Amino acid sequence: MDTFVQQLINGLTIGSIYALIALGYTMVYGILRLINFAHGDIYMVGAYAGFMLATAMGFAAEPSAFGFVVTLIGAMIIAAGIGMAIERFAYRPVRKYSKMTTLITAIGMSLLIEYLFIFIFSPTPRSFPQLLPTDSFTLFGNAKISTSQILIFVVSLLLMGILQWIIYKTKIGKAMRAVSFNINSAKLMGINTNFVIAFTFALGSALAAAGGVLTAQYNPKIDPLMGIMTGLKAFVAAVLGGIGNIPGAVLGGLLIGAAETLVVGYGGYVGIPSTYRDAVAFAILILVLLVRPAGLLGSNVQEKV
Amino acid sequence: MTRVLLTIGLVVSIFCSFACVQKGGTGTTGNTGDTIRIGVYGDTTGATSSFGVSTKNGIQLAFDEINAAGGVNGKKLEMVFEDDQGTPEKAKTVISKLINQDKVVAVLGEVASSNSLAAAPVAQDARIPMISPSSTNPKVTEVGDYISRVCFIDPFQGAVMAKFAANTLKAKTAAILGDNSSDYSKGLTQFFEQEFTKLGGKVITKQSYAQKDQDFKAQLTQMRDQKPDVIYIPGYYGEVAIIARQARELGMDQPLLGGDGWDSPELWKLGGAALKNAYISNHYSADNPAPEIQNFVKNYTAKFGVGPDSLAALAYDAAKVLADAIKRAGGTESVKLKDAINSTKGFAGVTGTITLDASRNAVKPAVALELTPAQSKFTFKETIYPEGMEPPTASTTNTNSSNSTAASNTNSNSNSSK
Repeated sequence: MDTFVQQLINGLTIGSIYALIALGYTMVYGILRLINFAHGDIYMVGAYAGFMLATAMGFAAEPSAFGFVVTLIGAMIIAAGIGMAIERFAYRPVRKYSKMTTLITAIGMSLLIEYLFIFIFSPTPRSFPQLLPTDSFTLFGNAKISTSQILIFVVSLLLMGILQWIIYKTKIGKAMRAVSFNINSAKLMGINTNFVIAFTFALGSALAAAGGVLTAQYNPKIDPLMGIMTGLKAFVAAVLGGIGNIPGAVLGGLLIGAAETLVVGYGGYVGIPSTYRDAVAFAILILVLLVRPAGLLGSNVQEKV
Repeated sequence: MTRVLLTIGLVVSIFCSFACVQKGGTGTTGNTGDTIRIGVYGDTTGATSSFGVSTKNGIQLAFDEINAAGGVNGKKLEMVFEDDQGTPEKAKTVISKLINQDKVVAVLGEVASSNSLAAAPVAQDARIPMISPSSTNPKVTEVGDYISRVCFIDPFQGAVMAKFAANTLKAKTAAILGDNSSDYSKGLTQFFEQEFTKLGGKVITKQSYAQKDQDFKAQLTQMRDQKPDVIYIPGYYGEVAIIARQARELGMDQPLLGGDGWDSPELWKLGGAALKNAYISNHYSADNPAPEIQNFVKNYTAKFGVGPDSLAALAYDAAKVLADAIKRAGGTESVKLKDAINSTKGFAGVTGTITLDASRNAVKPAVALELTPAQSKFTFKETIYPEGMEPPTASTTNTNSSNSTAASNTNSNSNSSK
């Protein structure tokens, strides 16, 4: 029993990170109908921004809650800025062309960020400094939870709460919902759609950066290509939950995280080797596309022709 | 019309460039004037980039020393380096480039066995000798008679750790967490299990991961319930350090065992205090007080600003073995060079005395090292000799100081094969 609980904790930890990243995919898709493939790399950019900040400000030397909060928020601001810049200079100029053009631009952007970071920081993995003292607590029996895991749960819940508040209780949130409903009508109603889109990118990028810093506390190895696989799985999570649907992204993230951990933990009993963990995410993607293309919480919208 | 002309022009120019390459290709065999071109390939930008960097540095140091002493047969050695980003596909591509375009006379590389295995058939087909400094999987030299290595092989390395676990640590049960995407790790898993079982131990659980995985707690949790005495993790440093950390977080404080794949300056930064109570098998120990080793450590550190790991030492030895073979062959003609390499006997390297056996593998002892994360260094524990090889007397090996950190890991301590 405690083993199962332990595996669940492990799975939900990674799942929370997937959820944070999936939110960015889903929000951008909701508004622009664009799969922003560079989003996984923003997660990596966030981790590097946190790394630079923590090193430059000397937080690495003595772990403190203050240092962690400054690093986290700093990384989120930097990533938000980069996210907006990408939207402004890469996606906005091609937005008037077909969706395919923007999609290909996104793939190009992703490669550009990855190799730019390899160029700047070298491909050697860096070690992210420990910003908070590490400890682990016993829940019951053998089930343990470490401070970095608690941190991931608490911070991601908090951020998701804030996001929910922004979207449903603020004016800009209302504007985002309007743009996602129908961009042209929103424009006619006097909403500055360019600003709303930039804001959405900033929001999504900040969440991904938070995911990056949190992961780096849990697993301190960061490298310029760390966003590829994680980003892909977060994308699968977004599709599983129903792309464009915000609670769906969170649900999808947690499910993918739990699924891959349980495959490693218990797959051996039914003949699935533990290295199939990545395959599981994509098998789920295929299943979802076959059985319920709109995703778990997505609604089937008739495309207007 | 312009388009047709352009097309014709393009086609003609392509043919031209092919012809030119062909022309350039014939005749020369890498000896342009008074230099001998040696191809080196390794991973300097991938997941195991510290391996490639150390290897390149080790070879550079050896070539510089040889050239400063007048070169080989009056010719200078020149390194042509290609980065394979640590993937077997790229390894195959870059070795083809080195052989076909750069016309090198011999190739040194790779570290990771999977990459060496992908590249070796290219060298074998082209009849260009390839010496792997540090690939330990037995299959590497089985590719053919042009492929050799200067390190010991995994059946020995896996057995060394099994012996260490059973005899020194008195372990009865072991768990193995292997990297399913590497031939190195799969080989070590198999040979560790064989030897450990033979010594009366029991491998109670085997789990695996894939390179670049970020989370290992799922596998470790499964392992924790079985309470193994020791955990063998035959992987590469990037993953191993994180595994150690996550194991300690889960409250698993068993000794962790590994191989030469752990040896990297990056290991300490990633793993930190979690690396306490861990042991690895390796090719040499930089603590060894033997003058030739200390000299190498000093020169390497002066040139590159970091201490040499075992990969740098093996690369240095591989380069020296190659230079020695070119000298004995009296040139770079490939059949003669291959025969000279394969008949290397009693070559005194920094990782031990190198003698190639009939399968072109070096037969050398290994060292067991303990990790001391507080000082970011490996501390010498013991030297383990292959069956049939007697521990040499103090006069033939390096002196074994009674100092526990620097004991006898001289010529006989080179066992890192990745």
